[in-house]
Amino acid sequence: MPCLLPPIIKRISWALVRFEDVVLRYGAGPEVLRNVSFHLEPGSFHFLAGPSGAGKSSLLKLMYLACRPSSGRAMLFGRDVATLARRETALLRRRIGVVFQDFRLLDHLTALENVALPLKVGGQRENKVHQHVAELLAWVGLADQVHAFPPTLSGGQQQRIAIARAVVGRPSLLLADEPTGNVDDRIAVRLLYLFEELNKLGTTIVIATHNESLVSRFSHPVLRLTEGGVMAGPGPVAGAARAGKGSAA
Amino acid sequence: MLFRRGDLPLDRDPTGRFLPWLVALMVYLAALALVCAMVMNKMVERWDTGLSGSITVQIPPKQGDPTEAGAAADASLDAVIEILLATPGVISAEVLDPDEIVRLLEPWLGAGASYGDLPLPELIAVGIDRSAAPDFEELSRRLAQAAPGTILDDHQSWLGQLLDLARTIELVAALVVILVGASAATMVVFATRMGLAIHGRVIELLHLIGAQDSYVAREFEMHSLKLALRGGVFGLALAVITVLLVERLFERMEAALLPDLSLVPGEWALLALLPLVVAGIAMLTARLTVLGTLGRMP
Repeated sequence: MPCLLPPIIKRISWALVRFEDVVLRYGAGPEVLRNVSFHLEPGSFHFLAGPSGAGKSSLLKLMYLACRPSSGRAMLFGRDVATLARRETALLRRRIGVVFQDFRLLDHLTALENVALPLKVGGQRENKVHQHVAELLAWVGLADQVHAFPPTLSGGQQQRIAIARAVVGRPSLLLADEPTGNVDDRIAVRLLYLFEELNKLGTTIVIATHNESLVSRFSHPVLRLTEGGVMAGPGPVAGAARAGKGSAA
Repeated sequence: MLFRRGDLPLDRDPTGRFLPWLVALMVYLAALALVCAMVMNKMVERWDTGLSGSITVQIPPKQGDPTEAGAAADASLDAVIEILLATPGVISAEVLDPDEIVRLLEPWLGAGASYGDLPLPELIAVGIDRSAAPDFEELSRRLAQAAPGTILDDHQSWLGQLLDLARTIELVAALVVILVGASAATMVVFATRMGLAIHGRVIELLHLIGAQDSYVAREFEMHSLKLALRGGVFGLALAVITVLLVERLFERMEAALLPDLSLVPGEWALLALLPLVVAGIAMLTARLTVLGTLGRMP
């Protein structure tokens, strides 16, 4: 059935990520996130900032479907995550790239194999991905380490493999948890330029970081988490926001 | 070769070391049980075919003066044969040669025993028309009247016992094969659950990058298939060596009542299926275990 809405209205009404009064607690524990509300439009670039323990990683977990909200409504790609079947969840996750804070590389696989993993999981043929993966590793500066195993690499190199793995499938949404935590400022800036390039290709990006000096070098809006709530700001972090209701970005 | 290596390092698990050996042991036992059943089945078939168209009449030796006893025995023999040949359904009646009797007794008495040294009965092999067999009870009564002490043996009681034994052995063999299958499945369940626990973080990662449960299950099922096949082939090879050795041993003994252990190609093929079946069970069990366990996760 054709959609009668003009394209501009469709674009406004549809958010890639939409959280409404989302609460998260682990088991019977206290609320880790409280009444979080925001939305991300397709193709946007946001930093997720906040002090340690504010719930940045938990919010990302909700977004990459590692857990479900305790209450409230979380929508991803227009789907309510509470109603997703197991199979649908897997398919949705393929559209999301994640850079984990602890990298989560597989030690028994080479850098090349680690980066190719999402493509393998997605059912792509081996002969079609080899060159692409090798080029991506070269792009993150690891052309000479394609056959190296993660334990033999430095923290910074492992982090770049994790980033390459997150972007290899050209995800619609890229979530990065402290992606510059183990690299010096020069490489951190280079990695952020890399994320910007990806963003220009249409990928929506959320980068959780506590590195405010890095955030201040870019002009992307900031989602700021404090005591479990989230607030949005247009630019670099300017101060702590109060806990409680968040607002739309 | 980019996708050749498994995403889960299952080869490093302790289960990879013990599972093939246990499967080998079970396939070995199952193969021997199958061979026993097949040999027993063939033996019963051979005896059944050889004996169902014949009966044996046994006239006891006469006591007393050898000359008189000999004459009485001849008279009894003539009377019995006359009755037998006059009975409808009897095709032939052949008195067994003393040398033949000695040959039949050799397994028990050893070579070189003389017929004249022993009070052996006269044996008559009687050929029977299977489609019109006589009433054995009636015939036995008439023979006993003509020559007191004459016994008619239609082999049915002995064959019946043998068939019972064969069926029991077949049943035990089937039970062993079923137990082997069940044990293999149980071991694979434990090994798979252990693998799921050991590699929980990797499995979580695979899920987070979009792997379906079936993708994870495939890793486990291929691993179980490989281990079970390796163990199964080894166990089968051991069983074949054992059967061949025992067969050689039987040939050397040249004992008439020992079973024939030589297997026909179809029976070898059945044995060769054993590791494949066990590997299939292992593969299916691993798959179901993974899907069941992951399916219960949130």
